[in-house]
Amino acid sequence: MKNNIAVQNISRRAFLKYTGVASGALILGTLMPAFTQAWAVADPSGDKRENPLNLFVSIDTDGSINIVCHRSEMGQGIRTGIAQIVAEELCADWSNVNVIQGLADEQYGSQNTDGSRSIRRFYHTMREMGATARAMLEQAAANTWQVPVSQVYGQNSMVLDKNAQRQLSFGELAQAAAQLMPPTIDTLTFKSPDNFTLIGKPVRSVDLPEVLTGDTVFGQDIYLDGMLFASIERCPVVGGKVKTFDKTAAMQIAGVQAVVLMPEQNLPVVFKPLNGVAVLASNTWAAMQGRKKLAIEWDLGANQSHDSERYLAQLKQKIVTKGKVIRSDGDAYQAYDNATSKLSATYTVPYLVHAPMEPPAATAVFNNGQCEVWACTQTPQSTQQNVATALNIDTSQVKVNVTLLGGAFGRKSKPDFAVEAALLAKASGKPVKVVWSREDDVRHGYYHGISAQYFQAGLDANDKVTSWLQRTAFPSISWTFTGTTDEPQTGELSLGFGDVPVAVDNLSCETHKATGHIRIGWIRSVSNIQHGFALGSFVDELATAGGLTTDKMWLQLIGEDRHIDPRTQGFAYENYGESFERYPLDTMRLKYVLTELMAKSLANVKPKNNEGWGISVHRSFVSYVAVATKVKVQDGKVSVLEMHSVIDAGTVVNPDRVKSQQEGAMIFGLSIALMGEVSVKDGAVVQSNYHDYPVLRMHQSPKIYTHIVASAALPGGVGEPGVPPVAASVSNAIFHASGQRIRDLPVNKYFSV
Amino acid sequence: MIRFTLNNQAIELDAEPAMPLLWALRDLLHMTGTKYGCGIAQCGACTVHLDGQPIRSCVMPLSAIAGKSVNTIEGLAADASHPVQQAWLEHDVPQCGYCQSGQIMSAVALLREHPDPDDATIDNYMQGNICRCGTYPRIKAAIKSAARQQLTNYTLGKNVGAQA
Repeated sequence: MKNNIAVQNISRRAFLKYTGVASGALILGTLMPAFTQAWAVADPSGDKRENPLNLFVSIDTDGSINIVCHRSEMGQGIRTGIAQIVAEELCADWSNVNVIQGLADEQYGSQNTDGSRSIRRFYHTMREMGATARAMLEQAAANTWQVPVSQVYGQNSMVLDKNAQRQLSFGELAQAAAQLMPPTIDTLTFKSPDNFTLIGKPVRSVDLPEVLTGDTVFGQDIYLDGMLFASIERCPVVGGKVKTFDKTAAMQIAGVQAVVLMPEQNLPVVFKPLNGVAVLASNTWAAMQGRKKLAIEWDLGANQSHDSERYLAQLKQKIVTKGKVIRSDGDAYQAYDNATSKLSATYTVPYLVHAPMEPPAATAVFNNGQCEVWACTQTPQSTQQNVATALNIDTSQVKVNVTLLGGAFGRKSKPDFAVEAALLAKASGKPVKVVWSREDDVRHGYYHGISAQYFQAGLDANDKVTSWLQRTAFPSISWTFTGTTDEPQTGELSLGFGDVPVAVDNLSCETHKATGHIRIGWIRSVSNIQHGFALGSFVDELATAGGLTTDKMWLQLIGEDRHIDPRTQGFAYENYGESFERYPLDTMRLKYVLTELMAKSLANVKPKNNEGWGISVHRSFVSYVAVATKVKVQDGKVSVLEMHSVIDAGTVVNPDRVKSQQEGAMIFGLSIALMGEVSVKDGAVVQSNYHDYPVLRMHQSPKIYTHIVASAALPGGVGEPGVPPVAASVSNAIFHASGQRIRDLPVNKYFSV
Repeated sequence: MIRFTLNNQAIELDAEPAMPLLWALRDLLHMTGTKYGCGIAQCGACTVHLDGQPIRSCVMPLSAIAGKSVNTIEGLAADASHPVQQAWLEHDVPQCGYCQSGQIMSAVALLREHPDPDDATIDNYMQGNICRCGTYPRIKAAIKSAARQQLTNYTLGKNVGAQA
């Protein structure tokens, strides 16, 4: 075969079966050592990096079009969205398209499916991929007909001749096209958005039919012949170790086949398995029963002194004092002293955990120095690397199959659970599936950091804000990776804090130190959660104090249309990894979603007695979202009645999936605002399951209205940006309904929900 | 040996009587459409029908189902033609899909008991099924669609019967 092949012929069809999980097959054979990638047949002498598009499209002679989705599907609809973009430029008939889940492979580029970046980072690449394949098919047809390629065009999985009544199907052309060199990017032609038939259309999720019949395969669903099921008792305190353990009683449980001490790990925790003892059995139930019989003595280590209540009290004490300045303009302190009226408030958000419906699970088999993994992972390549490191083998010897993810929200971008499976497969010599229980998930997560925020504003005699001061403190995600980081990092401060979009002459943004004691990770929208809550609440408080509506106060604070560059005020703003030219922080778009929100929700119309509206607006992941929430507060109970969100995410590939993400973000945000709290005592997480870490249920779910701004701007993020404004909108609504201001989440500390 | 009926097929299982039905389905019978979510009847992901009634299979020991009839998502309609499945399709309900087997099995049972449920009835019946992705608004809409469809079918059936 030639190098850089974009389109493969039928002989490559056989490789599809090696992607296994995409077929809906429930019982998967052990595939080692067949480490062949799906149609990854590029000549190793060729320079793959010049044109890596060749990994994504394959066409069978029967006309089936196989499109690789290299990003993980966790409910956001990416397997559909990626394929829509490729198929659009390919001019494919959607009914011919199969979506194949890509294995871990650095040739795909980043596969780390977090940061709301699948579409914004791959929109153009995927268009190029489709256009490249279409160009090859067109060239193949032109060659067949002996006409210039300009005389032919692709349409509905066919290539047609402009000057003659003739056509060839993609299937008929596939073999000839696969022999051609792919065109260079600069020669490609793209469809005009006016002619799009797939991009911008509410195409149904490609996985929907299997969901309805229970035929989907998630990480928890993998089964290999001869497999053992593992349940692991992990140290309740991070950094703790197994001192001694007795496996006698566990081994007596029917079905238990082995008890394995996990290899001892030291801090920093990174993605290493937690210290503990695994029980391997012939089924999950037996493994769980055996685990209960383990007698383990722990050396809990230094973090056993961690107490979240005490820790938060310390953060609250610190946060009202001057901190380390990360962005400033003018003199916020002097201006505050000179102000006519003043307002200040402290806001806190507790630790949070992801609690996806599917607890983490991974299956591994180790043989002859090679490892194959099946996991519900958001991050296939990091899974591959971490497994390789743990087993002390080369990454090329680790094959990672990505299953569907039963929710993830950031938890499954930490591959610790796959490393556990790999280590146990090696230790036992058998395929092993590690099944995390719900208790494991809640007690051994990578938690959203507990935080305190302090906001202070000074106003002049005309009620203009002349001084703005804000501080934040929370244990950093970086602590997970270093074990020593003791203050928020620039990346986290770039999430709704250092990029605060206020037009105030005297500004100071400051941080305080906070170190880690439990694994800190990223959860849907990350530190935008606490920053969005604090900012959105404070603006509402300012509005109330000044006798303005909250939207008016926002518009006044945001100021005139402009692009804000926090770097000019000393903050090394990261802008979600995007350039400022392509993705400016555009106050016009921020104000527009707010204005649209007020028009759609009628949130300024006075509601009934005991009812109140709250609003907030936030830019994150380079998208703009405004949220309005209506609540009723009566007899000590908060009922959420109605929510509206307006999102400007630039170009939208699948409006129905954007809508569903917004619906989901409202509900995820409500869970955080109303009930989300993980507490830690003696270094261990107190909660364990949905009874004490409640998430929103049907009867608490309001009517939700989603409004998507029509835009031709570059695509922005979708999965996360809906979350940050929610908590503030809820808390503000409660205030306007009841007069009670909630500054310390969650709401259920004060009201029943 | 525990004997029961699974999706209208006779099953004989040599398993611990205390093992919850969920794990027997998933690990012994490789019927993974029924999902594990919490293990303590808090989330509803494992909902199946036992003699027509919805139960949480994660807390139902095998000993308690001997001689009874179990129906799982796999036994609903393999071609997804059941009105509830069709309504789920119509409203594009699922996001990640993990909880949906349980949601669908609960919805089927709900509509059997309450052919024309109002919002409060749906809220009350479905609150045991958690969806972390937040598909509740669409589940509610789909249940109403399925109810209308079933009522229409029933009315048509009656009319046909009257004419015959």
